[in-house]
Amino acid sequence: MTVVDLGLPRRMVDFTLDGETVSVPEGSTILDACTAVGKSIPTLCYGDTLRPANACRVCMVEVEGSRTLVPSCSRKVTGGMTVHTDSERTRHSRKMVLELLGSAADLSTTPHVAEWMAEYQAKPERFGPPEPPADDHDERPPGEHEEPDGTVAATVSQPAKVDNDLYVRDYGKCILCYKCVDACGEQWQNSFAITVAGRGFDARISTEFANPLPDSACVYCGNCIEVCPTGALSFKKEFDMRAEGTWDEERQQQTTTVCTFCGVGCNLTLHTQDNEIVRVTSPHDNSVTHGNLCIKGRFGWEHMQSHERRTEESAEPATEQE
Amino acid sequence: MDLHYLDATPTEAERAAVDGLLGPPEPVNGVGPDPANGHVHAHKDGQAHGNGHVPVPGNGSGDGNGPVSGNGSGHGDDPGNGHGVRHGRDMLLPALHAVHDRVGWISQGALNHLCERLSVPPADAYGVASFYALFAVRPRPPKVVHVCTDLACKARGSAELCSRLEQSLGQAGTALDGMMWQHSPCLGACERAPAVLAFEAGEPARTQLLAPADAGAVAEVARCGPTDTEEESPVSESIPQSGSPELRLLRRIGRVDPDSLDDYRAHGGYAALRNALRMGPAEVIEQVTDAKLMGRGGAAFPTGRKWESTASQPVRPHYLVCNADESEPGTFKDRVLMEGDPFSVIESMTIAGFANGCAKGYLYIRGEYPRATRRLANAITQARERGFLGRSIMGHEGFDFDIEIRRGAGAYICGEETALFNSIEGYRGEPRSKPPLPVEEGLFGKPTVVNNVETLVNVPLILTEGGAAFAGIGTERSTGTRLFCLSGTVARPGLYEVALGTTLRELLELAGGVGDGRELRAVLLGGAAGGFVRPDELDLPLTMEDAQEASTTLGSGVVLVFDDTVNLPAMLLRIASFFRDESCGQCVPCRVGTVRQEEALHRMVDGKEATDGDDLGLLREVGQVMRDSSICGLGQTAWNAVESAIDRLGTLSKGGSA
Repeated sequence: MTVVDLGLPRRMVDFTLDGETVSVPEGSTILDACTAVGKSIPTLCYGDTLRPANACRVCMVEVEGSRTLVPSCSRKVTGGMTVHTDSERTRHSRKMVLELLGSAADLSTTPHVAEWMAEYQAKPERFGPPEPPADDHDERPPGEHEEPDGTVAATVSQPAKVDNDLYVRDYGKCILCYKCVDACGEQWQNSFAITVAGRGFDARISTEFANPLPDSACVYCGNCIEVCPTGALSFKKEFDMRAEGTWDEERQQQTTTVCTFCGVGCNLTLHTQDNEIVRVTSPHDNSVTHGNLCIKGRFGWEHMQSHERRTEESAEPATEQE
Repeated sequence: MDLHYLDATPTEAERAAVDGLLGPPEPVNGVGPDPANGHVHAHKDGQAHGNGHVPVPGNGSGDGNGPVSGNGSGHGDDPGNGHGVRHGRDMLLPALHAVHDRVGWISQGALNHLCERLSVPPADAYGVASFYALFAVRPRPPKVVHVCTDLACKARGSAELCSRLEQSLGQAGTALDGMMWQHSPCLGACERAPAVLAFEAGEPARTQLLAPADAGAVAEVARCGPTDTEEESPVSESIPQSGSPELRLLRRIGRVDPDSLDDYRAHGGYAALRNALRMGPAEVIEQVTDAKLMGRGGAAFPTGRKWESTASQPVRPHYLVCNADESEPGTFKDRVLMEGDPFSVIESMTIAGFANGCAKGYLYIRGEYPRATRRLANAITQARERGFLGRSIMGHEGFDFDIEIRRGAGAYICGEETALFNSIEGYRGEPRSKPPLPVEEGLFGKPTVVNNVETLVNVPLILTEGGAAFAGIGTERSTGTRLFCLSGTVARPGLYEVALGTTLRELLELAGGVGDGRELRAVLLGGAAGGFVRPDELDLPLTMEDAQEASTTLGSGVVLVFDDTVNLPAMLLRIASFFRDESCGQCVPCRVGTVRQEEALHRMVDGKEATDGDDLGLLREVGQVMRDSSICGLGQTAWNAVESAIDRLGTLSKGGSA
């Protein structure tokens, strides 16, 4: 018996996980079961508030009787199933997926990936030196590509898109996990501002006709930033601080509070560094928001730390003291 | 929900193309949508209620291939016409085709207009439009010439053709005097390689297949535009055995008028459907099971079992999909069947619809097959007029069935059944994760039976001669005859029909072997997703089980022959390039793996140093993860042919045969 959120009463099913019999509520995924028994499976495209896209293929496990490996994030446990999470085949698959991803995208701001790379001995550099940034990724037609010569490894490396004051799209870091598209679309925000365009290696997150965000259906809720696993989407503040070299998560504090902009009562987690808000997230386990916010909750904090406002306010007490 | 639309407005031609398909827009509360404010209140599903009503011709008749007229709004709940809940969304692909056919590319204004008409978010529609290789989302000249550079054409001189075209028409992909030419994956005319497909946007759009193509004729068509497609050679010329009494699936081709229902009936047409209606669905399925018919699309799944599990699904409606998205390089069998005997495809689908309890069938055909599409559309219209489609078919009360043609737009992946569903539904042609299987949740989330064209046209034979008699042909486990597409450097390329169990050697002899004085180097069996076979392995009996035992596959019936004039490493590069181009991009092993495979092959072919010293090892490692962890068959098989060339032929190894 393991500890998984039961929800409504459900039947329990027994299966074999790495040689041990485990009992989970019907409908649990293999990943749910692993989490419940404290087994850590790497995931990238899995989102705790989203339906599994099972696109990244980092969480693949071996199910006896299946010709291919299966994604643990979306495959439901069935009675009598025998699962291996750490076989030679799964380790090879994870190592290769990490190498393929690492050779194509910049994973420097992806949490945990460095540890996984070390654990699985992934060496993305063995595919050759990375191809330099290109600015034509949004233009690339489906079904054709420039013939490579094998001297460099193709990448999605490209200049960051800075087209508004709130957030930056740095698609050189994008692993095409689909989470931002799902959060923007029918799973949460229903804005449908972004989609996957193009095909194959040239598939990319895009607005219609790759227009700048201000010309799109974007409402700047920032829910895409909330779910982005790689830092491809980030607050402008964070992007600028990283560029200046002043971003330091070690020095940051997190404070969860209630948003004061309206009466809904969304929870905000304020990330502060040197007493300034540098990022706002929202707890995923909150039953009202599930990690989602609106533009005000997500971005409406600049006025609180406006230097002009503070100068005015601080001017008066200063005179009083005199 | 509020959908945000751009201010972009369509041109008159673009508006006419969309409205011609969807019908004239109805005013919303007496006022048309105001594109100037950028916001139109609309319901996503396009249902007929409330202020946001967006009219959708739910019966899909806009492309001229729709079901019977008079079956109501098509919005869903009439079980008689077989439509599930119809969304505006599923008209997206036909609407994109309408604009593209008229104008030659899809502008922001055109996309905006069709999105408003269908209540589809523009970003989503852009994602769909930019997925398909036949669509352009940037200005492009109205005349475009697609030159096939795939395996069979490559073996038959497409490279020389391309260099001649470069001299006369400029670089590939560069607009010049209202035209451009570009490289294309397999056009499915491999028996007449090298092949070229010319397209000219307009009202109506025109297409012309030139095969075999010479540079002069291609340049002429590029400048003047395509002419009458009936200039193509008759289909029977693609069948070297034409006229032979041993032919079964191909027996009518060349004898029957493909445009005439009466002639089809005079040649035995619709006798099988009559039998089926007399037998009832359960007996039809039993006969198909007795016949031990296995799917001919590549996966070789028992058809009877598939039908049984679909028919027994309690959820309604059921859908039938005829997979005519034949895009495997080297395959052209379904095209020949559809062009030469289109009514048999329609009759077969009707029988399958009857047996599986479907009230609607979709025929999903690749966009590169204009002649087949035209003949099928004509066959559907005639069948509908004469009571062979629509309500109470052949007077059989309670059996209503109709067929809609859906044109693909240049995406090999759409032959994968779940990608095909997404394509029909108006989404990107990305495969879905399985389970659930299509028989449980397929098209529009309903139980769906998917069969390949060749599989289906076996069914009338089964119902006229009986399942047991059908099973008497071929071998114990691989029954019936099979169509094989012979191309490459073989003396008489074309479509051949032989009993399963015939050896590869016998088949090659039938096609005259390689040319005089030439030596057979290798045979690619099953296509780019198949495997190479050595000249000393020709006694392989062509059955599913023997192929499997020999670690290869019959796949979709490709027999691509390479003699000693063919540059095999160049073929491997083409295969790798093909998979990279055709990967949908959804999962990492395939999206990046196909790229790394191509890069490593280039290093090996050109004799360049590998970064970590061992490109062959690298290829094997990448191949393994593609096979183990890709979402669908495309990624899972992308390493097969290359691996077999390396391991069975010794290609790329020092001292190897090539």
